[in-house]
Amino acid sequence: MTRKRIVLTLLHRLAVLAYVAFALFPLFWLLKVSVTPTSLLYTEGIRLWPSRASLEHYAFVLTHSSFPTFFLNSTIVSGATAVIVTIVASLAGYAMSRFVFRGKYWIVALLLLTQMFPLVMLIAPMFKMLSPLGLTNSLTGLVIVYVAFNVPFATFLMQSFFDGIPKDLEDAAMIDGATRFTAFRQIILPLTLPGIAATLGFVFTAAWSELLFALMLISGNQATTFPVGLLSFVSKFSVDFGQMMAAGVLALIPACLFFLLIQRYLVQGLTAGAVKG
Amino acid sequence: MASITIEAITKTFGTVPVLNDIDLSIADGEFVVLVGPSGCGKSTLLRMIAGLEDITAGEIRIDDRRINEVAPKDRDIAMVFQSYALYPHMTVADNMSYSLKLRKTAKERIAEAVGAAAGKLGLDPLLARRPKALSGGQRQRVAMGRAIVRHPKAFLFDEPLSNLDARLREQMRAEIKRLHKSIGATSVYVTHDQIEAMTLADRIVAMHGGIIQQVGNPLDLYDRPANLFVAGFIGSPAMNFVEGHRRAGAIETDDGSKIAIPDGVQLAEGQAVTVGIRPEHVRIVAGPEAGSYAARVDLVEPTGFGTIVHVRLLGQDLKIYTLERGIAAVGQPLHIALDGARLHVFDRETTNRIG
Ligand SMILES: Nc1ncnc2c1ncn2[C@@H]1O[C@H](COP(=O)(O)OP(=O)(O)OP(=O)(O)O)[C@@H](O)[C@H]1O
Ligand SMILES: [Mg+2]
Repeated sequence: MTRKRIVLTLLHRLAVLAYVAFALFPLFWLLKVSVTPTSLLYTEGIRLWPSRASLEHYAFVLTHSSFPTFFLNSTIVSGATAVIVTIVASLAGYAMSRFVFRGKYWIVALLLLTQMFPLVMLIAPMFKMLSPLGLTNSLTGLVIVYVAFNVPFATFLMQSFFDGIPKDLEDAAMIDGATRFTAFRQIILPLTLPGIAATLGFVFTAAWSELLFALMLISGNQATTFPVGLLSFVSKFSVDFGQMMAAGVLALIPACLFFLLIQRYLVQGLTAGAVKG
Repeated sequence: MASITIEAITKTFGTVPVLNDIDLSIADGEFVVLVGPSGCGKSTLLRMIAGLEDITAGEIRIDDRRINEVAPKDRDIAMVFQSYALYPHMTVADNMSYSLKLRKTAKERIAEAVGAAAGKLGLDPLLARRPKALSGGQRQRVAMGRAIVRHPKAFLFDEPLSNLDARLREQMRAEIKRLHKSIGATSVYVTHDQIEAMTLADRIVAMHGGIIQQVGNPLDLYDRPANLFVAGFIGSPAMNFVEGHRRAGAIETDDGSKIAIPDGVQLAEGQAVTVGIRPEHVRIVAGPEAGSYAARVDLVEPTGFGTIVHVRLLGQDLKIYTLERGIAAVGQPLHIALDGARLHVFDRETTNRIG
């Protein structure tokens, strides 16, 4: 390597490092505040780590608040949303990718249309629709709303994954004796696992961090999800930052676990070797 | 084993016509090769036989059973794709046994069939591998193996060798021929490689623009091409074409030379014709003789086995294929004679063969 190359590589690494530091710093700050005892929070000035770290906020959040319930609610809502959306989007995306059918153009246009409005506009009509059905203040209602708003994008996402799988594969399977659905299930779906994992992850995080609808449609504690729950640390006169941050750190755990679970599929290039290449 | 009958098949994609009124009967055990330039509808026809494309009009029968509406899986046909289309998440053995598993064949029978097919194709050491870990030639073999395990009624091949290098292609070509001899199954084979067509086919179907141009055994197409398209498509190096008119009992070419009209060819005075002569039927003669032409060597292409000599003659770049070496050097004058019995005369209007 020449001198110039070394310098360039070094600069490149530094730039990447700076970016990573920039992106991760808020997370670090979250962690730092969550382990800072309340008595030290305002007295020590700005420093990278408190002189004494404690887990008191965590203990409080887990034992003396409704956060365990909020977590459970969020997990149920996000998990159900992710699974339902992924199933629907897989089937719809497959149809979009493989078939020419009447009205396809209009269906695509409609799907796109749903993505164009700011959600705030839709809250009042949503509430009006869900309320007589008894679906406000319920996790089921939230799941329905989240599914509705996530299906269009997830469908396009899945379609692009199906587009990447050679059509010859299912043709071959059908000639081998499979019905189209069997070919879909046994040949195409296993090859789309990375796509399915990505869709699951995307929808799960979207639902996990959704605040607006959760705030507007839910009022009782028993159906509150965690982002709304976080707001309960903001009282009229003060914000309990320590507890809020501790709850925030805890809220990261399910999302991290989820990605840990699916990351194997996210990085895997299963289609390699299907056709020439 | 089965016969395939294709009757008045027409195919349009939207409003684009691709196949036009195709008729073809394929006998039980016959090896039929579809040839034609890119885009002429070979794959489309093959996929219609397989059931992967709808039939716009007409009828396809397998053993006298109409299959227009029969799903691909119920046609009992095997197909080898140009891309091989191996299932990437399955091992070679699973790839080959997939069709048998779908048919709920007993485990021992499957193992037996896969073993036999693998033995035939030399795949035994590869059975546990995934397609990713195979070379192009090996993938091709697996694709063949997947087709032969279940003894289907017919085999369809869509340019199975076009992704292989020349040497491997030659080897696989011979292997396919040997397989066909031993299995004897009805086969439809698509290629645009005319050597493959010539060597493999019991009958060649030459297609162009969605229409069948000629059907016949390979040497028939070579010796008596039905029209200009077939004449130009079959044979390598390709046939020479010289344009002219009948004038005063001979064919006068556009540069004023004369070619004697072959025996048994009837032409009207002034009729526009194209005369075809294969490069191997053009002779280099020692000196001027009756009906010979003087020319000058333009380019020499030694192929190892023979030599292709290009000369400017009759207003053409005329190719001569000769097995003698060192016979011509660039710029050297030559005397050329056309083998009168091997001339092909085509009507220039209809492009059809006159004689
Ligand atoms: N799904 C489709 N929609 C529209 N046109 C199509 C479709 N499939 C094929 N065609 C057209 O039909 C014609 C024939 O295609 P086909 O694939 O049968 O050609 P081919 O003879 O197999 O060519 P090649 O030698 O390149 O494989 C082409 O002009 C192609 O553009
Ligand atoms: Mg083709």
